[in-house]
Amino acid sequence: MSKPIAQPAAREIAAERAAGLLGRHWPWLIALAVALLVPWLSYDWATGRHSGFMVSMLSQMGIMIIFALSYNMQMGQTGLLSFGHAVFLGLGGYVTAHLLNSIKAGSLWLPLEITPLAGGLGGLVFAILFGYFATKQRATAFAMITLGIGELVTSCALMFQTFFGGEGGVSTNRMIGRSLFGVGYAQPLQVYYLIVAWTAVAVALMLLLTRTPLGRMANACRDNFERAQFVGYDPRMVRFVQFSLSGFFAGIAGALYTLTYEIVTYDTVGGGMSANALLMTYIGGVGAFAGPVIGAVLIVLLQSWVSLLSNSWLVYAGVLFILMVTFAPGGIAGLVMMHQPIWRAGRLGRLAGPYARLVVPSLLVAVGFVLVIELCSFLTIGAAQGKSLTLSGITVNPRGGTPWIAAALLLAVGGLWMRAEARRIGAAWGAVTEEIKAMGRRA
Amino acid sequence: MWEGPFHMEVLLVSLLNGLVYGMLLFMLASGLTLIFSMMGVLNFAHASMYMLGAYFAFSVSRLIGFWPALVLAPAICGLLGALIEMYALRRVHKNGHIAELLFTFGLAFIIDKGVQMAWGLLPVPYRVPPVLDHPLFQIYGSNFHAYRGFMLLISALMFVAIWLLLTRTRIGLVIQAALTHPEMVGALGHNVPRVFTIVFAGGSTLAGLAGVIGGNYLVTEPSMAITMGPIVFVVVVFGGLGSLAGCFIASLIMGLVQTFAVVLDVSLADLLGRLGLHVTSATPFAEFLTIPLPRVGALLPYLMLILVLLVKPRGLMGTRDT
Repeated sequence: MSKPIAQPAAREIAAERAAGLLGRHWPWLIALAVALLVPWLSYDWATGRHSGFMVSMLSQMGIMIIFALSYNMQMGQTGLLSFGHAVFLGLGGYVTAHLLNSIKAGSLWLPLEITPLAGGLGGLVFAILFGYFATKQRATAFAMITLGIGELVTSCALMFQTFFGGEGGVSTNRMIGRSLFGVGYAQPLQVYYLIVAWTAVAVALMLLLTRTPLGRMANACRDNFERAQFVGYDPRMVRFVQFSLSGFFAGIAGALYTLTYEIVTYDTVGGGMSANALLMTYIGGVGAFAGPVIGAVLIVLLQSWVSLLSNSWLVYAGVLFILMVTFAPGGIAGLVMMHQPIWRAGRLGRLAGPYARLVVPSLLVAVGFVLVIELCSFLTIGAAQGKSLTLSGITVNPRGGTPWIAAALLLAVGGLWMRAEARRIGAAWGAVTEEIKAMGRRA
Repeated sequence: MWEGPFHMEVLLVSLLNGLVYGMLLFMLASGLTLIFSMMGVLNFAHASMYMLGAYFAFSVSRLIGFWPALVLAPAICGLLGALIEMYALRRVHKNGHIAELLFTFGLAFIIDKGVQMAWGLLPVPYRVPPVLDHPLFQIYGSNFHAYRGFMLLISALMFVAIWLLLTRTRIGLVIQAALTHPEMVGALGHNVPRVFTIVFAGGSTLAGLAGVIGGNYLVTEPSMAITMGPIVFVVVVFGGLGSLAGCFIASLIMGLVQTFAVVLDVSLADLLGRLGLHVTSATPFAEFLTIPLPRVGALLPYLMLILVLLVKPRGLMGTRDT
């Protein structure tokens, strides 16, 4: 404070706070603006229609952002590795589907905009139920219990007709004619804007939760649960509350899923969806709040765009995951945050050169790797589907030797080159950090 | 049909089938128990090794026959396991147990997709060799297949081999010590990383062997790892960490439970019916009560997993909590 004696007026404090809030959270506002504007980039002025692909992909991103963030409430913030998080997304979705059907039938009155809250409550109830048992344990035992719960619920979803609808799932219709704003929700774009609104609310709530004593204690229980106990908190209770709230947000994501697709099947509670949450969160980065958002956007992009071009997008996601676990346990957000001290010291330019030199070899490796994967996939799955592999107009025969040799060459040359460049980056990194340390000592 | 399931013949045949399945489970679970107890890594890729064993055996047996495949496929799996441990897992080790677990999870994911790409999405025709494709003997009119006898023989041989290796050799004693006190073994000057590699490779070999002899008994398809994985986890947790004997008992129990769950065609409603309570479609939870046991059978392993971890995380004969 520059004026320690004079007390600033309450209004000034409020204004300062608002400015501080804006100063700290401007990336979120930009993200929100982008989310609102992006659908118009693909607007077809001739027909007056939005690109269905774009809107559907963006909707999925919103849903997955909530889902991944709710997963990180357990994984990153509380240190609980779960293999059954999709259970709460799926159950929230089922609850919403049944709710929509009963609103449609006239036995309930609720505007559509509020239904995600009901889905969230559904997720919360089930999270309280399962969390009561699961949070008795931590670490590996917890992971295995959630694995069991996930498989159990998936099997139940296939077994029971009344609630889960068996293999066919539960279909619903979002055009129930009840809206706070008189919107019909016939067009996907209207649903998308509802998703944006709920995503903004959910993200803000989850961000605020990290600043509450609960959020801080969750971090404490993650880092050292014995010390948290000594301070007087019950780590199990912290885990339980955090688990339940995370189920609540996953339920909201599930409700939005139902509103988008108008059908919920057993896939939504299954292991694949749970693995998706883990992949998104870990690739994005568990250490930073925004990490899962990056991961969700990236994975959905991969899923939507790459799956149009290739059968094997899951292989790429899996390899990305393994690379992250092995080389960058902090995920993409962790990689970015590693550069923060260097950026503050104004030395980032020193690394730009070595990084730029890495581009060509890593592209070589990437192309070689993609070629190998695609060749393999075209030998079996592609052949079964009667497709042929075409690269920039040339049809490649996966049974011939040339493409395989080319791929092997690309991998070998690129790999060796990349290794050399990586060493150079390591050296540059070491030099820069040494310099910064020396600066710190002098100061 | 309440009396039906308890006919002597059904009981005996199911007992034998359960034994065969239980021994197969033990072949898978013994390696996982050793890896989990020693390294603290819950190896998600273990069941993938089982799947790879089956697929390798399928490819090799098409080229040069089943008997070479019986040796070659597990050997390839063991080599893969050693490479994974030495060049990947060891690097991830410094990031902690959770990172190691996640690494094996990602590996299982990629192996799954890799198998789909290499061998296709449909089951492959991996068949029992013709020499063993005949009934061995008959009990109460139903055949006992020669291949099941062969499976029992292989698993019994493997059991004896492991037991001898662990109790009668020097490396076996080191492994046994490292099961319960890995730090102490390191402090005594043994090369613990090398022991880890050996155990990981050995476990992968056993999983591969289970794949070779189980792949044609069950079905060789891309989802076989995902269906088998959780069941093996249950066996390991149920048996208890650090105990091969517990693992053996748990495998047999699980084999019998799963076999009998398929055979006994009863539901809770039948049980209540015997007590004089008749379930109709109007009864609350009627859908839940009338589900026959064979359909619930798939749920049993997961229920057991959750219950064991909650009630007795130490398992049957474990030396410490999971």
